[in-house]
Amino acid sequence: MQDQQRHLVVVGNGMVGQRLVEAVRDRDARRTWQVTVLSEEPRRAYDRVALSSYFDGVAAADLDVVAEGCYDTAGYTLRLDEAVTAIDRAARTVTTSRGAILGYEALVLATGSYPFVPPVPGRDLPGCFVYRTLDDLDAIRAAAQRAAVSTRGRRAGLVVGGGLLGLEAARALRLLGMSPHVVELAPRLMPLQVDEGGGALLREMIENLNVTLHLGTSVASIRRDAGRLLAILANGTELDVDVVVFSAGVRPRDRLARDAGLAVGGRGGVVADDGCRTSDPDIYAIGECASVGGRVYGLVAPGYAMAEVLADRLTGGTASITAADTSTKLKLMGVDVASFGDALAASDGALEVTLSNPVSRSYAKLVVSDDAKTLLGGILVGDASKYTMLRPLVGRPLPGDPVTMIAPAGGGTAVGAGALPGDAQVCSCHAVTKDAICAAITGRGLTGVGGVKAATKAGTGCGSCVPLLKTLLADSGVAVNPALCEHFDVTRAQLFEIVRVSGITTFTELIERHGRGRGCDICKPAVASILASLERGHILDGEQAALQDTNDHFLANIQRNGSYSVVPRIPGGEVTPEKLIVLGEVARDFGLYTKITGGQRIDLLGARVEQLPAIWRRLVDAGFESGHAYGKAVRTVKSCVGSTWCRYGVQDSVALAIELELRYRGIRSPHKIKAGVSGCARECAEARSKDIGVIAADDGWNLYVCGNGGFRPRHADLLLASTDRATLIRTIDRFIMFYIRTADRLQRTASWLQSLDGGLDYLRSVIVDDSLGISGELDAAVARHVERYDDEWAAVLADPERLRRFVSFVNAPGTPDPSIAFVSERGQPRPATLPVPVRALSAEAGGPTLEVV
Amino acid sequence: MTSAAAEPAAVWTVVCRYHDLQPERGVAALIGRVQVALFRTFDGTVYAIGNQDPFTGAYVLSRGIVGSCGEIPTVASPLHKQVFDLRTGTCLDDGTTAAGVYDVRIRDGLVEVMAG
Repeated sequence: MQDQQRHLVVVGNGMVGQRLVEAVRDRDARRTWQVTVLSEEPRRAYDRVALSSYFDGVAAADLDVVAEGCYDTAGYTLRLDEAVTAIDRAARTVTTSRGAILGYEALVLATGSYPFVPPVPGRDLPGCFVYRTLDDLDAIRAAAQRAAVSTRGRRAGLVVGGGLLGLEAARALRLLGMSPHVVELAPRLMPLQVDEGGGALLREMIENLNVTLHLGTSVASIRRDAGRLLAILANGTELDVDVVVFSAGVRPRDRLARDAGLAVGGRGGVVADDGCRTSDPDIYAIGECASVGGRVYGLVAPGYAMAEVLADRLTGGTASITAADTSTKLKLMGVDVASFGDALAASDGALEVTLSNPVSRSYAKLVVSDDAKTLLGGILVGDASKYTMLRPLVGRPLPGDPVTMIAPAGGGTAVGAGALPGDAQVCSCHAVTKDAICAAITGRGLTGVGGVKAATKAGTGCGSCVPLLKTLLADSGVAVNPALCEHFDVTRAQLFEIVRVSGITTFTELIERHGRGRGCDICKPAVASILASLERGHILDGEQAALQDTNDHFLANIQRNGSYSVVPRIPGGEVTPEKLIVLGEVARDFGLYTKITGGQRIDLLGARVEQLPAIWRRLVDAGFESGHAYGKAVRTVKSCVGSTWCRYGVQDSVALAIELELRYRGIRSPHKIKAGVSGCARECAEARSKDIGVIAADDGWNLYVCGNGGFRPRHADLLLASTDRATLIRTIDRFIMFYIRTADRLQRTASWLQSLDGGLDYLRSVIVDDSLGISGELDAAVARHVERYDDEWAAVLADPERLRRFVSFVNAPGTPDPSIAFVSERGQPRPATLPVPVRALSAEAGGPTLEVV
Repeated sequence: MTSAAAEPAAVWTVVCRYHDLQPERGVAALIGRVQVALFRTFDGTVYAIGNQDPFTGAYVLSRGIVGSCGEIPTVASPLHKQVFDLRTGTCLDDGTTAAGVYDVRIRDGLVEVMAG
């Protein structure tokens, strides 16, 4: 077998070259190829698309894109810091910069591109850079740091080029503390992707981010001037800057191919056919160095498509490149921009349907065929949420009136996953179709996004199609395993109904009648939450105690070293000076680290288990209760200062926030619930990033629901406008209770709303119009909760039996846990670093690794 | 269930009454400088594994949720939810990692652990 192995040499280890290696490795199960990769960079392949995140604190290692174990595979070798200097086509060998000569059966050129630097006088001066590699970024950072010392006042940087890369570079400069200027020859930003209308909005949004734009002009010259650089633009503007970054496009690196006599395209690029083969049948070209069908692509997705096609060909397949998808969706400095298909309406007779909303600051355009029946492309600026659904429809019949397809949520045609034809590309990064995904889901019995990613690679590129993957999983019903865990075959919502209808009050009864085994960390807290929602006793009573997560068990929030934090409830963030002093005294007396939280409370960290009751005693005596800062429950209701003090406020946001927080405290839910109340449209409480957001209007309150901050931010949707206080509270009651009844475990309201058939309209029909006839039940459930709420911490203090568990050691109740130790930092304690034991079964003996430090 | 922790010098140490253990909940015991996590499962069996979470170094396993994985009695770390076999201390999510295991017995209603 080894003797028959052929040698594949890959020149370049960028994202596309690496993708080829992994695709060959996946497909070549019999290992017919031995693979050698040569890279002139000292680092293995990394994510160039996310380059500016390097200045966000992302480490170089986090940008690595090489699959784990790729070069541990027998026969797969990566040689870094070693460029290929020549190809001998007759002998079928390459020569490297280290003098090695390697024979090949197949040679792949994946040399990428180099930045184009316009011939501006002064472009070689120190302080002028290109934006391409991590080394470039290191050099830009070093220059920024030098400028921080030498330049007084605000430092500035000039970016030459207002395309994708240029705006990324501007972001990078801003992250380095400089004021960015961007020069673009075209009259708008991103001229290749965005039309005039989208460009106008993009310009406004980018300028609002304090980026100075110079459009329709170019850099005429750069020269040194008093330790800085003076850039003179063609329109006469003079800019004093510390660095100049050229990002005016890229050119294919085809020197090696030219020297070897391979055909190159008119605009550069190694000519390759639809199987990526060059004019030499043993040499292939992929990615940005290749010219396919006369075009050179500067995006990663077409490069990935080429890598997949070539891997297929090298392993006996016949795949070929179809029209490359140059669709783009990205967040540029926080501004969503998407462009897909024939975005600039270049096709004959193409019609444009445009929706520009200066209030919500969004711009959407669909390009359709002359008979208005086929989608050809589009542009979205400001809000690109519809991109995932629209892009796969390019070249296909429109499912509805184009205007309604880009209308804001609630008013338009819902374009669902069902509307997509089977061969529509769902993941454009990896060219995965809807059919391929559905086949993997049913064929392999996949039950989650993770499985789909592993099986098809869909969703592992830019990630924008992940929501669509979830929908496809849900739509293919049979394949989705709705079971909560191995112990229950039903969903959380079904379990809720079972408990509600059957009147079951214990976990044991529930699992014996409706499940198997003895539960786990997934189903036990879920059942505990359901029992609590249905008012079936104190969360620490009897068997319920054994169901709780440690946070609910000890009524505090566990920290990395095993200590807990206490976050006293401060409803609405309003606190008297006396109470503030108590918090300070408690923190001081118990040696707790103190920090203000994002939810307008004060976090006291570092309490050992046995200290918790004593801390609560002090708090309860001062009129506090501890708070549900842990737990899947209503957390806080954040508020601005409102009309009582603020000269802009139109309603008393603080009073409403306090009322809401006290009303819903202690309610247990599928996930945490956050709320906010703002006293005017300025929205200082950031209520629209909350599950429940209330914003004052002149004539009442506006209610927004299903917002989210955190990992996947989402602005809340307007559910009720200008409503009175009683209607507002009743609607929130029903919203919370309906969510508790029907959501999945650990499903925040934002994704719950997306999973509801009919979305916001359906939600409104249920809780406002009572279309299901359950409003009475929902109202009564909240009323019971309000009536029966008691202070869980005070209840523990009053019960010697419950207090007994608050010890570090059962056989030494007075001994504090010696492993919990602190060091001092900025005048406060922080956990001492814990030694992590050797993680190996050979340490099963335990003895030495279990010693207390 | 003999483990290498049972050195010749190790002795049985009484840590609590059996009835101090709640079904499906754990407690920690300090024996010399060693921290042991004790669990009573639903069927009444008592298990003893190391209290240190081998993934984070924190001494917290006694505060995890007790349950089952197939026929195996388990506890999930309260920090990052890795699941451990109560009979062996082995991590079920990562077979190369273990929390250690201790011999435990009930005598005259008292729970005794072999560690030292």
